[in-house]
Amino acid sequence: MAVSVDEVADAMYDLVAEYQGKKKFKASDLTKAMIEKFGGEVDKKFCKLAIRQLMDSGRCVYTYFGGSFIEVPHEEGAAGGS
Amino acid sequence: MADSQRSTPLLDELKEGPWPSFVTQIEEMADEGKESCGQLLELLERSYNEKIGHWKHGGIVGVMGYGGGVIGRYSDVQDEYPAIAHFHTIRVNQPQGWFYTSDSLRTICDIWDRHGSGLTNMHGSTGDIILLGTTTDELEPTFAELTQNDFDLGGSGSDMRTPSCCVGPARCEWACYDTLALTQELTMHWQDELHRPAFPYKFKIKNSGCANDCVASIARADLSIIGTWRDQIRIDQDEVRACAENGMNIERDICGNCPTKCIEWDGNEMTIDDSNCVKCMHCINAMPKALRPGTDTGACILLGAKAPIVEGAQLSSVIVPFMKIEEPYDELKDLIERIWDFWGEHGKNRERVGELMQRVGLGNFLEEIEVEPVPQMVAYPRDNPYVFYEEYYEEDDEEDDEE
Ligand code: SF4
Ligand code: SF4
Repeated sequence: MAVSVDEVADAMYDLVAEYQGKKKFKASDLTKAMIEKFGGEVDKKFCKLAIRQLMDSGRCVYTYFGGSFIEVPHEEGAAGGS
Repeated sequence: MADSQRSTPLLDELKEGPWPSFVTQIEEMADEGKESCGQLLELLERSYNEKIGHWKHGGIVGVMGYGGGVIGRYSDVQDEYPAIAHFHTIRVNQPQGWFYTSDSLRTICDIWDRHGSGLTNMHGSTGDIILLGTTTDELEPTFAELTQNDFDLGGSGSDMRTPSCCVGPARCEWACYDTLALTQELTMHWQDELHRPAFPYKFKIKNSGCANDCVASIARADLSIIGTWRDQIRIDQDEVRACAENGMNIERDICGNCPTKCIEWDGNEMTIDDSNCVKCMHCINAMPKALRPGTDTGACILLGAKAPIVEGAQLSSVIVPFMKIEEPYDELKDLIERIWDFWGEHGKNRERVGELMQRVGLGNFLEEIEVEPVPQMVAYPRDNPYVFYEEYYEEDDEEDDEE
């Protein structure tokens, strides 16, 4: 495949960062968006590697709000109390 | 805070019964100097009085790279109870069949004494070791020590939850497949699915070695893998006669309680019509020396159980009546991945696979996961209209057109 895992991870990060605070992405949303963006060059398995790269780098974190989402690290609202 | 300064009259009532009380355990930890445990008791007493919970669930908590294994809990009255401002839960992947050495238990408890409240829950409903109550700062150090000692976090959130199993062949002669080996393999094979949530919602796999279903997989797992056999129940006629001589009423208690009435006893010999046996385990449980499961063993695969959420409690439905469960388990893994693909594509946020099955109809669901409908999927006569024999309808339609 011409596109690299790093490039897909970067594109995922850009998308998450652009919509931070406006829209939450699940792993499957990012996968769908990347398949749309890169066409036949990426598939679900490839996106899984990119998500692993993205999370292991610490650039994004998982959050849980009734379901699991991928977000840019930010100050946790609930951590500050009422 | 010392015991004498704490006033928790409502919690005190929970110590009065003949059973061990969680209140006593938390008090012991508080009296050993765990400030978080003392404040936990005070906050719980307050919640009982006010009839309001003071915990917020979820948010950002976890360890680097993982999206499962930590459940965030934040108090909404942090100024008043600072020692439990954060009281996160950590799930630790349990060993298969819950076998521990006393040494490994001590190791976990020592780690938890150093980094958390010291309170544990053995085991959570998913099967994991549950470590109750720590702060965000302590998550990474706890994880580091756990992994140094060969433990890993379990699942939480929208991921594959930690697979669990009964003790199986390690201690039970009725195991129809190696529940421990399968659980270990599925856990290791799907590490990504366990640690990096990518599903619409949670997905639980529970493995029972026979229909006694000691891990209650039929009620508590999205995917239940329940051991069974497809040949004949093994009968030791001498032991059957010994049961009768020892006073067992075989006609009433064995034949009479067989759900399909497929056992006969003439006072000297027992016969079983195995083609009508539904492998419920009743007769084998009642006469363990005389009867044993067959030797052509495997498992029945069921899908879709869940506790009451939107539609109420649901037991899992048979999707494969019999599958050999042998390494490398490719047939089973392929089936699970087809289920995940369809669910991942069409499941709504927070929709369990059983709810998706109901929403699209079992017939459509089976078609999408490439499983043929078979009679064993029918739970009640005339109650499951999901088997739609399209080819017959087409033939009939063509005949109608010709007329
Ligand atoms: S489920 Fe069956 S095989 Fe497993 S421990 Fe229980 S009785 Fe034994
Ligand atoms: S296992 Fe159940 S159905 Fe089969 S013969 Fe025994 S009691 Fe009857």
